[in-house]
Amino acid sequence: MDEEYDVVVLGTGLTECILSGLLSVEGKKVLHMDRNDYYGGDSASLNLTQLYRKFRPGQEPPAELGRDRDYAVDLVPKFIIASGELTKILVHTDVTRYLEFKQIAGSFVYRDGKISKVPSTEMEAVRSPLMGIFEKRRAKKFFEFLQGWKDEDPATHQGIDLDKDSMRSVYEKFGLEPGTQDFIGHAMALYLDDDYIDKPARPSYDRIVLYTSSMARYGKSPYIYPLYGLGELPQSFARLSAIYGGTYMLDKQIDEIITDADGKFVGVRSGEETVKAKQVIGDPSYFGAGKEGGKLRVVEEGKVIRAICILKHPIPGTEDSDSVQIIIPQNQVNRRNDIYIAMVSSTHNVCAKDVYVAIVSTIVETDRPEQEIAPGLQLLGPIYDKFVTVSPLYTPTADGKSDNIFVTRSYDATSHFETVVEDVQDVWKRVIGADLVLKKRDNVEVEQ
Amino acid sequence: MSKQLQFKLVLLGESAVGKSSLVLRFVKDQFDDYRESTIGAAFLTQTVALDDGTTVKFEIWDTAGQERYKSLAPMYYRNANCAVVVYDITQSSSLDKARNWIRELQRQADPSIIIALCGNKSDLAARRQVTQEEAQKYAEEEGLMWAETSAKSGDGVADIFTAIAKKLPTTAQPAARAGAARAGAATGRAGVDLNKQNAATSNDPCNC
Repeated sequence: MDEEYDVVVLGTGLTECILSGLLSVEGKKVLHMDRNDYYGGDSASLNLTQLYRKFRPGQEPPAELGRDRDYAVDLVPKFIIASGELTKILVHTDVTRYLEFKQIAGSFVYRDGKISKVPSTEMEAVRSPLMGIFEKRRAKKFFEFLQGWKDEDPATHQGIDLDKDSMRSVYEKFGLEPGTQDFIGHAMALYLDDDYIDKPARPSYDRIVLYTSSMARYGKSPYIYPLYGLGELPQSFARLSAIYGGTYMLDKQIDEIITDADGKFVGVRSGEETVKAKQVIGDPSYFGAGKEGGKLRVVEEGKVIRAICILKHPIPGTEDSDSVQIIIPQNQVNRRNDIYIAMVSSTHNVCAKDVYVAIVSTIVETDRPEQEIAPGLQLLGPIYDKFVTVSPLYTPTADGKSDNIFVTRSYDATSHFETVVEDVQDVWKRVIGADLVLKKRDNVEVEQ
Repeated sequence: MSKQLQFKLVLLGESAVGKSSLVLRFVKDQFDDYRESTIGAAFLTQTVALDDGTTVKFEIWDTAGQERYKSLAPMYYRNANCAVVVYDITQSSSLDKARNWIRELQRQADPSIIIALCGNKSDLAARRQVTQEEAQKYAEEEGLMWAETSAKSGDGVADIFTAIAKKLPTTAQPAARAGAARAGAATGRAGVDLNKQNAATSNDPCNC
């Protein structure tokens, strides 16, 4: 620890590990530390022992759940959008060689008390109970309009300006019913609330195109998922970093962020040891989040509740799918924010056979958060065991340009990693002073 | 009929016992006296041809220095078919470390993993601190393969990898490429290959 580094990274969550990997490839000398004895921080996947140690200290996992090592229970429920930004980073950095992915079997949406599959093919769309026959025709025109849109060809615009006209006016132009709007805005554009409706339509257009192109990529659902859990993602980027010279220390308590008289970053202290670096990047928990005393460099923006539920059966009404996302749009349950359910199972090597792990989550709106997710829990059927967390969402108070201290954001309530990548790009730009440009990694595998 | 089988091999052992040098000798038949820790090698591959016509392709994972502060990820051990645990015959403490790594493998890796204990730097026998008897006895007790090697001279290097290749199950599913060792173990529908762009997607006028 006596050496001096370019960057010290604190916490091995996915955001920090992607940054660490990319910085090492860029030639920076990186020291990456975590207070835990496992990789992943808040985005880790835990085995049964770790899960019970975290949520039920002193209690042994029940023997009937099977072998400890068969489990990798995600703490944050997110899937990878097949054509999204994380996929691009995975491919460009070549960490795909450490990982294997499978599809998420289906995407469902809650409407009028029951769940229906989000159509993944035209055939499914025709049979779908989500829309009546006339509404289906209107929706078809709407999707043809989106598919046909070309920025440079005004003939494809049908009088709409995506950058000025609101999404509401687009919906109205095609005469779409409120239920269909809910479906498009929440199950396809994946908005958590309805604020998007009165904003320019462009971001909604981009999101719907991302969804449909992801759906088209592998079929069934727009999502993919790494075998052995999401915790594999930070591990693979940590390995990338290590291969490019990054130094890793787990199980290392961080006691102090040392700054000079001007408040500029100098180094970090762990016990008696101090390590110096030019810059520090870390997750909010290393910068005062949730602690008394010390300098607070983050502010709470809200809270998200997540209930990890162990089930002994697939979720009813999902055609016995081995993995699903279910979206409960806010309007359906008189809320401001959607409720999400993400479920995976032994197909993805995250639990024992005949066990299903579902996480129900939403942004907290009241002082009784567990009651808020009740509509989601009710869809699951009997719950074998349940682990509930209410996590504050932290965001940095400063951009780090003046003190060389760069804090990442908490994992939000969205169902995918697009905002994680946005954070990576944002931090990168502040740390390096230039946009993140993904370069194809040299093929370093030696074949003979 | 000849067949090719692919296996994941992980290297373990204390820093500076010669893990990377051993692989460099095996894969490229090279040695570098002043070699520092490996940078930029995700993993190396090398094939071994067996007498029965079978070729065994090793996908060799180096620790990339993550062993130094006990920071190897579970991913490293996952689906490893075989492990080479290296110690330095001139450093008795490195055998103690090797014992720890073997315990870690027994805890974390698949129970069917084949483990070879490898005493490297046999060219420095004059400074030997670990006797052959001591290491061999330990290996026998734990059911490990054992050999002494010199990455510098090349002595014993090819032999130990060939011996491992012979011990691996030849009934395993032939694997296609990197990471494929795990695909064989996985159940249910096939995985998706992110590197393969869907033709329909790339022609999609919307995906601009």
